[in-house]
Amino acid sequence: MVETQLRFRDDEPVGDPAVTVDSFGDQTNAAAVRLEPGDDARDLLPHLSRIKLVDVNFPAYTDGRGYSAARILREAGYTGELRAVGDVLIDQLAFMRRCGFDSFAPQAPLNAADAAAALERYPDVYTPAADGRAPIWARRHPQDGNR
Amino acid sequence: MYQYDQYDHAMVAARVADFRDQVRRRLDGSMTEEQFRPLRLMNGLYLQLHAYMLRVAVPYGTLSGAQMHMLGDIADKYDRGYGHFTTRQNIQYNWIKLDEAPDILADLASVEMHAIQTSGNCIRNTTSDQYAGAIADEVVDPRPYAELIRQWSTFHPEFSFLPRKFKMAVIAAETDRAAMRLHDIGIQIVKNAAGELGAAFYVGGGMGRTPMIAPLIREFVPIDQMITYSEACLRVYNRYGRRDNKYKARIKILVHELGRDEYTRQVEAEFAHLLTQGIEPPLAELERIKAQFADPAFESGLPDTLDRSDPDFAVWVDTNTHVHKQPGYVIATISLKPVGGIPGDATADQIRLMAALARDYSFDELRVTHTQNIVLPHIGKADLYAVWQQLNEAGLGTPNLDRIGDIIACPGLDYCSLANARSIPLAQKISERFAPREAEIGELKLKISGCINACGHHHAGHIGVLGVDRKGTENYQLLLGGCEGADTSLGTITGPGFDEDGIVDAIEKATEVYLAQRGDGERFLDTYRRVGMAPFKEAIYAKEPAHG
Amino acid sequence: MKILTGNDLRSGAVIWWDGSGWSLHVTDAADVGEHGEDIAARENAARTVVAPYVIDGEYGPEGPRPAHIKDRIRALGPTVRLDLSLKPADPAAGNWVI
Repeated sequence: MVETQLRFRDDEPVGDPAVTVDSFGDQTNAAAVRLEPGDDARDLLPHLSRIKLVDVNFPAYTDGRGYSAARILREAGYTGELRAVGDVLIDQLAFMRRCGFDSFAPQAPLNAADAAAALERYPDVYTPAADGRAPIWARRHPQDGNR
Repeated sequence: MYQYDQYDHAMVAARVADFRDQVRRRLDGSMTEEQFRPLRLMNGLYLQLHAYMLRVAVPYGTLSGAQMHMLGDIADKYDRGYGHFTTRQNIQYNWIKLDEAPDILADLASVEMHAIQTSGNCIRNTTSDQYAGAIADEVVDPRPYAELIRQWSTFHPEFSFLPRKFKMAVIAAETDRAAMRLHDIGIQIVKNAAGELGAAFYVGGGMGRTPMIAPLIREFVPIDQMITYSEACLRVYNRYGRRDNKYKARIKILVHELGRDEYTRQVEAEFAHLLTQGIEPPLAELERIKAQFADPAFESGLPDTLDRSDPDFAVWVDTNTHVHKQPGYVIATISLKPVGGIPGDATADQIRLMAALARDYSFDELRVTHTQNIVLPHIGKADLYAVWQQLNEAGLGTPNLDRIGDIIACPGLDYCSLANARSIPLAQKISERFAPREAEIGELKLKISGCINACGHHHAGHIGVLGVDRKGTENYQLLLGGCEGADTSLGTITGPGFDEDGIVDAIEKATEVYLAQRGDGERFLDTYRRVGMAPFKEAIYAKEPAHG
Repeated sequence: MKILTGNDLRSGAVIWWDGSGWSLHVTDAADVGEHGEDIAARENAARTVVAPYVIDGEYGPEGPRPAHIKDRIRALGPTVRLDLSLKPADPAAGNWVI
């Protein structure tokens, strides 16, 4: 059972079980899908309008493919819930947030205070990602706008 | 030189706090070693044979006097009075205590330095040409582009858990002094026919157990798309690089298995998409960085001659200095390869002396080279003798740049937990054996790795040595004909390996073949390329005549 | 014999299990027999040691000696800096590792 520990959205959580990418194409009423590291997030792009929850599985925190999957979905305009599940650890939360994850279901519960501190530690970011934060170069050159 | 603004300071300070917290959580038991390990690695903290080792980044190899001085002070305060300069233009300390590591990072931050991403499966410190900004043959100074990459890659949220480590190099001269095509991405800043700046991308080079020379995948990326193109190269790698086998996880394997054309096609598709995402810094940011790499205030009209009356000085000038772009100045390389010494090691006092010399004579600048030496890039010719005298007194005046004694050697089994054989004792023996004939032999780049990971760049040595473990004893394989730079080539193994004395003898036989067969002006490498492996092999493996 | 070794979590120093605690000297090492993994797990959890592992060793004239050169170099220190090793006064100390 996937249990969300941290959630940064106000809407109602989706109760549907997430289905695999393979079966998602056939199950036209499914609104929740689960991406494994080897899945191509771009396979979901034709269906974004009906997706409310994407679980991105991290079987091991060292497998970073899920970061790219998350950004690809956000870059394509996906606005539903994007949840990191599996081996999700405190020191990866900030990177995950930056790539567009807005909820977290770690298989081992995180220390809430340490997690909150980790998410707030860095005052700025050097490079744009999927979280809309203005990178340092944009702060340095406000007149150039966000090209 | 680049100077931090409030944003850079804040980011590095946050990293110090971050790591302090991570160390606290490791020591109080809320994190296991398995969870902590990648975090400490991303701060350059390894567990080596004897202790923790800290690798400090020297971005594109450039240091100020104050930074260099701090490196010396750290060696005294937290380590055992010395540091080791590496082939990645970094410095390593070998005897670090875990609970002091955050304090070291804080000291480093006070001089705008850090250890961020000096290890781990992320984008590592970007290297560059050690003569950048001082040499006449460059299109532009490559360091502003490397700094742009440093900032882009620092805490990159998508590329911090790549299949494997990722190394980039940026050059801007036709002469490649940074082994650019042996990197995961090698970038050469070029000018097109219209006079516009762009970046040529070479992707998928590397050494290790499967050495490969990076193919060119794009001749010209407009300079204001360089970061976006890099992001595309990395995204394709992050998504499709192999994760099933650590030894096949570098991007060179992906490029090789997909083929250059298919990899390039995927990168171009991703690039087209990413161009719409607004991730490229504006040119104003590049200009801001460039302004900080403006030439120092060179004096014009200085005398362009040297007093060579001291013969020892004249020898050093001939081997260890290079023509500067500004008349009246010279580029001087300090060899960290004294005869019988440990390649790349410097004591705290030597480090601080080099810092003082930079401050007093080289516009406060130093460079670390990938050959584990230090460069004073801008010395007035009138000052050179005084500089050399101080270097020489401190054991830093060895005149052997690019000679057989200027050996690249990894730390090997004396320090490294990955090593199979010792590298340093071999380097010491070789440098002692050949010191008397060094000048006669001329340019000969000898590189030693203590294991197949090739940190000692043995594939790229004119003579390369690879240490292996043969049934619990150290054994050394000999390679000939490797080269980095514009005519990059990979060395070929001569045949069966040798013990420690045997490999030194074999190298001597190889140099004898060269001396006997060399044509006019030929270096060892040239002769090898002309005559091939056969005569070398024959001499190296010839049966010893029976002694009567 | 089986020897349990690792590094001190805080200082990083090479340490050897002596039967009741950790020693800096391999000559103090105890034969852990079949119990190496259990002791390692316990000590790991107690955060005294980092990256513990069991190696083969043999008794020599000076006491326990690791079977592999890598652990002999760990036991001594860098052979190229004997001044920093555990036998700084012995110029021939490096021969012990070969």
